[in-house]
Amino acid sequence: MSVTDPTEANATLAASGADDEARERRDRLRQIFRSGTFLVGLGIVLFWVFCAVFGPMIVPYDPYADDLMNALMPPSAEHWFGTDQLGRDVFSRVIVGARDILTIAPLATLISTILGTALGLAMGYFRGVIDEGISRIVDALLALPTVIVALLALVALGPSSATVVFVIGFTFAPIIARTVRASVLAERELDYVFAAQLRRENAFHIMFVEILPNVLPPILVEATVRLGYAIFAVASLSFIGFGIQPPSPDWGLSISANYGLIGAGYWWTVLFDGSAIATLVVAVNLVADGIQSALDE
Amino acid sequence: MNRPTEIRAAAPDALAIEGLEVDYRVRGRLRRVLRGLDLRVGRGASYGLVGESGCGKSTAAFAAVRYLPRNGIISGGRVMVDGRDLMHLNPLELQKLRANSVSMVYQDPGRALNPAMKIGRQLAEVFEFNGVAAGERFDRSVAMLKSVRIADPLKVMQRYPHQLSGGMQQRVCIAMALANNPALLILDEPTTGLDVTVEAEVLDLIRQLRQDFQTSILFISHNLAVVSKVCDRVGVLYGGTLVEEGSAAELFSNPRHPYTVGLLRCLPERGRRKSDGPLETIRGSLPLPGAIIKGCVFAERCALADTNCREATPPFFDLGRGHFSRCFHHDQPVPRETPTVAAGNPTNRHSTQPALAVANLSKTFNPKGLHPLPVLRQIELALAPGETLGLVGESGSGKTTLARLVLGILEPDEGTKIALDGKPLAPRLAGRSMDDVKALQIIFQNPDSALNRAHSIRRIVGRAIQRLSATPAAEMLAKLRALMQAVRVADRYLSARPRQLSGGMKQRIAIARAFAGDPRIVVCDEPTSALDVSVQAAILNLLVDLQARQQVSYIFISHDLGVVRYLSDRIAVLYLGRLMEVGSADQVFAGPHHPYTEALLSAIPSIDKRDAQRIRLSGEVPSAVNPPSGCVFHTRCPRKIGAICEQQEPPLHKVDDQHAIRCHLPIDQLARLQASPDGAGRVR
Amino acid sequence: MIAFLAKRAGLSLVTLWLLSVLAFAGAQVLPGNIGRAMLGPFADERAVELLNHEMGTDRPVLVQYGDWISRFAVGDMGKSYAYRAPVAPFLVTALINSAKLALVAFLLVVPLGILGGIVAALNAGRPVDRALTVLGLSATIVPEFVSGIILILIFGVWLQWLPISATWPADAGPATQVYHLLLPSIPLVLILFGYIARMTRAGMIEALDSDYTRTAILKGLPRRTVIWRHVLRNALLPTISVIATQTAYLIGGLVIIETLFHYQGIGGLIFTAASKKDFPMLQAGVLTVGAIFTLASLSADLLYALLNPRIRVGGRE
Repeated sequence: MSVTDPTEANATLAASGADDEARERRDRLRQIFRSGTFLVGLGIVLFWVFCAVFGPMIVPYDPYADDLMNALMPPSAEHWFGTDQLGRDVFSRVIVGARDILTIAPLATLISTILGTALGLAMGYFRGVIDEGISRIVDALLALPTVIVALLALVALGPSSATVVFVIGFTFAPIIARTVRASVLAERELDYVFAAQLRRENAFHIMFVEILPNVLPPILVEATVRLGYAIFAVASLSFIGFGIQPPSPDWGLSISANYGLIGAGYWWTVLFDGSAIATLVVAVNLVADGIQSALDE
Repeated sequence: MNRPTEIRAAAPDALAIEGLEVDYRVRGRLRRVLRGLDLRVGRGASYGLVGESGCGKSTAAFAAVRYLPRNGIISGGRVMVDGRDLMHLNPLELQKLRANSVSMVYQDPGRALNPAMKIGRQLAEVFEFNGVAAGERFDRSVAMLKSVRIADPLKVMQRYPHQLSGGMQQRVCIAMALANNPALLILDEPTTGLDVTVEAEVLDLIRQLRQDFQTSILFISHNLAVVSKVCDRVGVLYGGTLVEEGSAAELFSNPRHPYTVGLLRCLPERGRRKSDGPLETIRGSLPLPGAIIKGCVFAERCALADTNCREATPPFFDLGRGHFSRCFHHDQPVPRETPTVAAGNPTNRHSTQPALAVANLSKTFNPKGLHPLPVLRQIELALAPGETLGLVGESGSGKTTLARLVLGILEPDEGTKIALDGKPLAPRLAGRSMDDVKALQIIFQNPDSALNRAHSIRRIVGRAIQRLSATPAAEMLAKLRALMQAVRVADRYLSARPRQLSGGMKQRIAIARAFAGDPRIVVCDEPTSALDVSVQAAILNLLVDLQARQQVSYIFISHDLGVVRYLSDRIAVLYLGRLMEVGSADQVFAGPHHPYTEALLSAIPSIDKRDAQRIRLSGEVPSAVNPPSGCVFHTRCPRKIGAICEQQEPPLHKVDDQHAIRCHLPIDQLARLQASPDGAGRVR
Repeated sequence: MIAFLAKRAGLSLVTLWLLSVLAFAGAQVLPGNIGRAMLGPFADERAVELLNHEMGTDRPVLVQYGDWISRFAVGDMGKSYAYRAPVAPFLVTALINSAKLALVAFLLVVPLGILGGIVAALNAGRPVDRALTVLGLSATIVPEFVSGIILILIFGVWLQWLPISATWPADAGPATQVYHLLLPSIPLVLILFGYIARMTRAGMIEALDSDYTRTAILKGLPRRTVIWRHVLRNALLPTISVIATQTAYLIGGLVIIETLFHYQGIGGLIFTAASKKDFPMLQAGVLTVGAIFTLASLSADLLYALLNPRIRVGGRE
């Protein structure tokens, strides 16, 4: 059985003006903030953002400083998370390690959202040849897993953080474009678009002024979900050596450098970095889920 | 409630709802939808529940089978079906009750049937849980399909739902609902969304089945006329409560609640024309579900309301003969609420130059990899300045396509000529001058879709003024205010967004936008069919008023012949993309008509027309992909002469210089047939 | 229906062609001077030229593409730069290994995911649904190497239930092979579980909310019959295409998992080729992965068409 909203089901109802709208927005916000999973997610994301911004100022040790005398020390009062092969403090590295990934992934997401939105608007609005043409390219790109496309591009262009940003930005753009296109296709059938055409508005005005504001909510959800996957992708690429480059204390990079040691029992060199990645991506996903369910209501 | 219990037969009522209260929980808040609803459907009775959107009629229907949406909560009252209290049944008992005693048919039969199962299986399933032996189920299913007048039941049993037409699908749904011979059959807007000729058939079927099956019926509709055709008792629902109840004959001829009175008065019935003056209206708009209402639910909109009405809830007054009214002033006449605007428009119908002339207009869609789809063929029409041309036809007739072609949104086929004030008009919008663009505007059917929900009213109307009129920036605001005043919307709504306005208000904004550039011709594409009856009249009055003031011409598209007749000076009837008849409104309604027009006229349910002479069309509109040869109407025509109809397309015969009919039958013979009392018969 | 399938097959061919261009561009055009890229910046100019001539990478780009694609079409995938041997045998061995790993993962995740989605949908809005949704979402987004490491720590290092390496002894039977593949397949299962469960749940909820389900319930059918006969049938249809498209993500995941577990599959092969700048190997690997995905989604469409009467038997006459 579906959920019915008697006010929204009936378009012909009177409304009591702006306070109704304000109340509804308040209700929606309250609904989001009442969701426990959303709050937990938001809290964790904010924690890592804080670490990324202020990490270097608050950590007990220099995350880059070698201390070969104290290499591979297990967690202790002195080194909460132990030390790695070069004797660097794992706790400090985990805190500061948030910085690179939280720069690269949001930037990549931003690029993909802007590009994807523009592409999706054009595909959905013009349809026909433009849509068919772009769709084929999108299909071809989507036939390859992100990691493989990224690998191909990074081999060709040489690994660097900027390349990672652009590669992930470009590979995610078609995914966002597809979501936007679907929304625009539905939107374009609405009569206000015809009304705009009957005023001889140009395509740019119709796409960006008339249609775009109405498809923002799904774009917001998709962008948040993509942010989670961008973190996923950056971490994975760093892990196989094609992402963030040494000596960054990046989590994926650290795991890649140390996972050979776990058979020998040095679990602390990877477990904390792994947990950091896991908490961050899960938290971003919980935030996306919270926004999504508030918009669905 | 102080309603006396009637003496009834020993068998319990098919349905008894007592003091039912239902709330919906929306974003953490409760919204009341039904406020103490009482109604009874006796054995073998047929009860019509009428109301406008949001009044709670569908909620009542689903409460009667205990199938409310997940957020629906029954907060009080009882629902008894066949003598059993639904709230006290356990899941198994409820399932048994649904299997044996109550059935439901609703709107949109295409979605009510499982797309992945054949009809036969879906029908036989009803018997499976009803104790019918496996061997008998097939034969019983075939018999059920026969009883709903399906000609070839064996073939239909093998079909998937999407292979059947809408009318057929609804027959199948009715067959499934009646298969368990229920004590109560609930029909929730069963004909809404079907074409008028199909609706007429389904309504005939329901009346016939009432006699065959002796089932009690709860019939829910927004359409008073439809209810008057099927039901013997009628209840009028407003704001979640019954405001009036009585026998159909009594209620419609002698309504005693101001709301019922208003509803009946604001329908353009009895051949009313715009020259007869504006329609009556009901002030204000419908209450929001969940609104806190003190006193009478209708007080806010009622001309008779006094302080008592706003304080105390009126009881159900017994007016005798089973007639009840929830109004303190049930014995007073309701004053007429006629707008004071003068509406008569001096149309110069025989002006030398038509505002719009369409010649040889054709449109064929060419979907990739599919058959070409001719939706319009060789339409010739002319529209005088200040004139309204009504465009009538069922789905697939091409009326909306015609509107879009004229507006230049679609490109017509080669050879089409469209002229505006005698000057040829480019086929596509892109090729037209800005003056031509301004001259042609549209009012859409659904204001929710027509207004950009992300923009404020100021922006929506303001942008239209900016683009379409040569108003200098300094005078923008004055022009905006003038437009808002012309459509009677207060300035304070300028900063609102469309969703904050009622449906009628939104449509006014859409009208304001259409008139922003002082157009010559406005296409009205079913502008009132998404609105409630009580709102419709005010919009029609507004359109008439604007036309009288601005000498604008309308192309008015509607399936509602009453509305078309009220507004139109001339009427064109379309069927499968062909112009079947064109003439002045009086001529088209008075006849002689094209057989299709005749069928349309007799299919429209109307309150005043009690079983007038009727002709019925069998089957549905054929697909435009493969239109019938000869006269496209011959497959359904009740007056078909013979082979000539199948082989030759009839020409458009002139009756006089205004009126023309596309039929092989000579005009005088048509006139004779349609005048004779047994004219319903087939011509041999 | 034949027209529908022909159209889909045609589109797949276009996609494949674009993929080949993409793979070629990525591996052969973008790096610029291939010989230089392989030999490094300090190599002698003449050695680079010689190598380029030997590999044919000094010819015009279009000629190279035409040569490569026409040979690829008949199964000749060229010669590996790194191994100085034909690519095809490496690719075949790797594919077989990857197929084994993917099969184990799929056999585990498909029933689990569908079941999870059904249970969540039938309890929509209740704690069970919420828990499954949050767990599914979380499992989907954690990178495989993270969950892989944690699983290795728990089951391989601390509990020592499962072998850390995916590579089994040369004489291992099927049971031993599966035993070695269990640990690597679990991260894949986690990733896919969320997807499949979410799609199944969405399909189920749509079907449960539909008018035809309402009709079935109001007919008085028992709940079990309503679910089995009316809901599942329509709900699982979209899930099929989800499962098919997920094969791509699965293969993407294999790059990471095979690296982590030192497993010689197609993912490992692409990774090694990328690291060693073995461009013919990389090209062939990438195109193969794309082709598998395209085939999978084509067969999903085929299955969808077969199961959906709206496509299988045409419209009304």
